[in-house]
Amino acid sequence: MFESLSGRLQTAFSKLRGKGRLSETDVNDAMREIRRALLEADVNHVVAKKFVDAVKERAIGQDILQSLTAGQQVVSIVNDELTRLLGETQAKLERSAKPPTVVMMVGLQGAGKTTATAKLGRFLATSEHRRPLLVAADIYRPAAIDQLVALGQQIGVSVWAPGATLAPVEIVRTALDEARRGGYDYVLIDTAGRLHIDDVLMNELEQLQQLSDPEEILLVVDAMTGQDAVTVAQSFHEALGITGVVLTKMDGDTRGGAALSVRHVTGCPIKFVGTGERPDALEPFYPDRMASRILGMGDVLTLIEKAQAHFDEDQAKILEQKMRNNDFTLEDFLSQLQQVKKMGPLDQLMGMIPGLGGALKHLPQGGVDEKPLKRIEAIILSMSPEERVKPELVEKSSSRRVRIAKGSGTQVKDVNQLLRQFGEMRKMMKQFSAMGKGGKRSMAGLKNRLGAPRMPFGGGRGKRSR
Amino acid sequence: MGIFDRLKQGLTKTRKTFQDTVATLVHRRSIDAELYDELEEKLLAADIGFDTTTALLERMKKEARRQSFQTADQLIPVLKEAMDEILTAQDHAMHTAAQGPTVILVVGVNGVGKTTTIGKLAHRYTLEGKRVMIAAGDTFRAAAIEQLAVWAERANVPLVRQAIGSDAAAVIFDAVQSARARQVDVLLCDTAGRLQNKSHLMDELRKIVRIMKREIPDAPHEVLLVVDATTGQNALSQAAMFKEVADVTGVILTKLDGTAKGGVILPISRELNLPIKWIGIGEQIDDLQPFMASSFSEALFSPQES
Repeated sequence: MFESLSGRLQTAFSKLRGKGRLSETDVNDAMREIRRALLEADVNHVVAKKFVDAVKERAIGQDILQSLTAGQQVVSIVNDELTRLLGETQAKLERSAKPPTVVMMVGLQGAGKTTATAKLGRFLATSEHRRPLLVAADIYRPAAIDQLVALGQQIGVSVWAPGATLAPVEIVRTALDEARRGGYDYVLIDTAGRLHIDDVLMNELEQLQQLSDPEEILLVVDAMTGQDAVTVAQSFHEALGITGVVLTKMDGDTRGGAALSVRHVTGCPIKFVGTGERPDALEPFYPDRMASRILGMGDVLTLIEKAQAHFDEDQAKILEQKMRNNDFTLEDFLSQLQQVKKMGPLDQLMGMIPGLGGALKHLPQGGVDEKPLKRIEAIILSMSPEERVKPELVEKSSSRRVRIAKGSGTQVKDVNQLLRQFGEMRKMMKQFSAMGKGGKRSMAGLKNRLGAPRMPFGGGRGKRSR
Repeated sequence: MGIFDRLKQGLTKTRKTFQDTVATLVHRRSIDAELYDELEEKLLAADIGFDTTTALLERMKKEARRQSFQTADQLIPVLKEAMDEILTAQDHAMHTAAQGPTVILVVGVNGVGKTTTIGKLAHRYTLEGKRVMIAAGDTFRAAAIEQLAVWAERANVPLVRQAIGSDAAAVIFDAVQSARARQVDVLLCDTAGRLQNKSHLMDELRKIVRIMKREIPDAPHEVLLVVDATTGQNALSQAAMFKEVADVTGVILTKLDGTAKGGVILPISRELNLPIKWIGIGEQIDDLQPFMASSFSEALFSPQES
C-alpha cells in the first residue's frame, strides 16, 4: 500500500542527480519524504520530526548531498539512526537473584497479552529450560482464564488459575506462594487489558506490582498501533515504570513504526516480537531488522533463520545425497515442497527479500498465488508410492494419468506438465553431480541447459504450455 | 448512566485531545505557513494519515484564498465541512434481508474486539424485538467459543457452536440452516481474527462467504469490518484486503473510549468508499452506537463543554 522509504528516497534523489550542487530546497524535499514515510509507518509525528532533524544535521555535516549516491547515503544514515534509536543491541529477559523471577504482562485490550504470556512461558520452558508458572489474573474479560489454561495445556506449562471470583491481588498472592512451594523459577502474570486512562484498573496494577515486586514489567503493544502509542506507553510507564516491551502481531504487513515511538517515550528496550498465533511464534527483537522493516528494505536474516528452523538438517543431507546419486524421486520433491510451505505463506517470505517488498505491491491483492504449488502437491499425493518413485510408470500409462488427474482434481495435461518438468529437474541435477566429479564436457552441457531461460515448474515450454 | 451520557463521555476524550489543541491553535491567530504546519501536526496526530491530511489542508488553503479569510478560526468550518463530506459520502444504513434471516458477518484482524462487538449487536437487536442467533465461527483461538458463549448468555440469545478446531465454514453452514429453521431475524457470525496478509486465512474467509451465498443467495447482507481506533495506517491495508476478499459493506470502529482518535476512518472512507456504521465506546453491553458522521466531526470541534 505504501511505497517504501528507501524507494521514495531513491526516486527523490534520482531527480536531483546531475544537478551539481543541491539547494536548501532539495534537501528539505528529501527530508519531507523521510518524514512522510515515517508517518505512513505510524511513527509518532513528534518523534518523526525529531528524527528528521537529526538526520538532516548528519547529512549536512557529512556533505554527502553533493555526491552521486546521495540517495543511498541518506538511506544508510536513516538506517543507522533508526537502528540506534531502536536500541542497537538485543535485550534479554532479566532474572532475579532470588527466584522466582516475576514478570508482569500489561497493556491495552486486544494487544495480545494472554497469547504473549503463553509464548513467553513456552520460550522459557523449551529454549531456556526453566520452570515457569503462568498466572491467570484477568478476571474481567469473559473466558480469558480459560484461554490461558487451554494454552498452558497446549504447551505443557503450569497455569495458576484459581478462578474469576478471586480478586487479582489474591490470585497473585496465592500464585507466589505456589511458585515458592512448587519450585518454579519464573512467574508470568497475565493481567487484564485496560485503558491507560482507567484510574481504577491502573491502581490495581500498581497494587499487583507492590505485592509481587516484579523483575520485569513488559508492556505488550500491538505493532499496528498508530499515533496514540506514545500516550499509551507514557501512561503505563509513568504508572508502573515498565522495563521492556513485547511487540505483537509483527507477522502482519504493518511497518511497525509504533516500535520507534514506544522506544522513544519510554527508553525501554523491545525484548520480544510476536510473529504468529501459535505458541512458538515469539522471536527476540533485533533493532537492525526492525529498522530495515520500517524502511521497507526487507529482512533477509529472519528469512534465513526461518529456513534454518524449518529445514531438517539431516533430511537436507539425505536429499543432497539423493540428488548426487540421481535417485531423487517425486516423494522427495513433495517433502521439499512441504518444508518450504512450513516456513509460512509465500507472500510473507517474499516480503523479507530486499527489493521484493516494492515489487510485491504490483501483485494482485491477497498476495502470491499458491495454487500451482497446491496443484503439484495434490497430483503427487494422488500417485501410488510406487509411481512416486518411478514416474516412468505414469508416463507410460495413460490410464494411470487419467486416474491421477481425477484423484487430484486436475487435468491430464497438468499431470503431464509436472512429469515433464520433474524430468527436466532430474536432468539438471545429473549435470550438477557430473560437474562435481569434474568434467569439462558436462560443464558445457550444463551451460546449454541453463542457457534456456527456464525454471523447473516456472511455467511450461513453448507451444505445449497452457 | 444513560446511553447518551456514555456516548458523550466516550467521545469527550476523543474531542478533548483533538479540540483542545485545534481550538487553542486557531484562537486569535492570523493565517500563515506556521499555522498550517501546526494544523497538519494535529491532523496527523489523529491518525488521519498523510494523504488525507494533505488533502484537507489544501482545501483549507483554497477556501482561505477564495473567501479572503482574515483569522484562523474561519478555517474550522471549512475543515469540518470537508471531513463531513468524506464521512457522509456513503450510505450508513444497515441492510436487511427482504425475507428470512439477515446474515451479518463480522471480520477483522486479531484483538480488535469482534467477539465483544457481536455481544453488543446481539443485545441491541434483541432490544429492538428481533429474534437473534449467534454463530461461533472463531474455532481457532483458545477459549474464543467460551468467550462468545458468555456474551450470548448476557444478551440471552442462542449460540450455534462446534468444538474448537472444527471447520469454521461448517459452523456457519449449521448456523444458517438453524437460523432458517427457527425463523431467526438476525444471524450474527463471529469469525477468527486474521491478519489481512495471510492468504490461507483469507481463503478460509472466502469459503465462509461462499457457503453463505450458496445457502442464501443474497447473504451475507452485511459484512462488517471491526477496526480498533488505536490502529494506525495499517487499518487502510486491512480495509482494502478484507474488502477485496469478503466484500466488506461497512466498518465498526471500536475502543473509542481511550485516547486514540480513530482518525484513520477518514482515509478508509475517502480512499475505499466504506461507510462507518457503528462505534464502540466501552466494555458494557450497551456501549455500541450507530455512527453519525455529523456528530463525529461535530464532537471533534464543538467548542462548548469538555
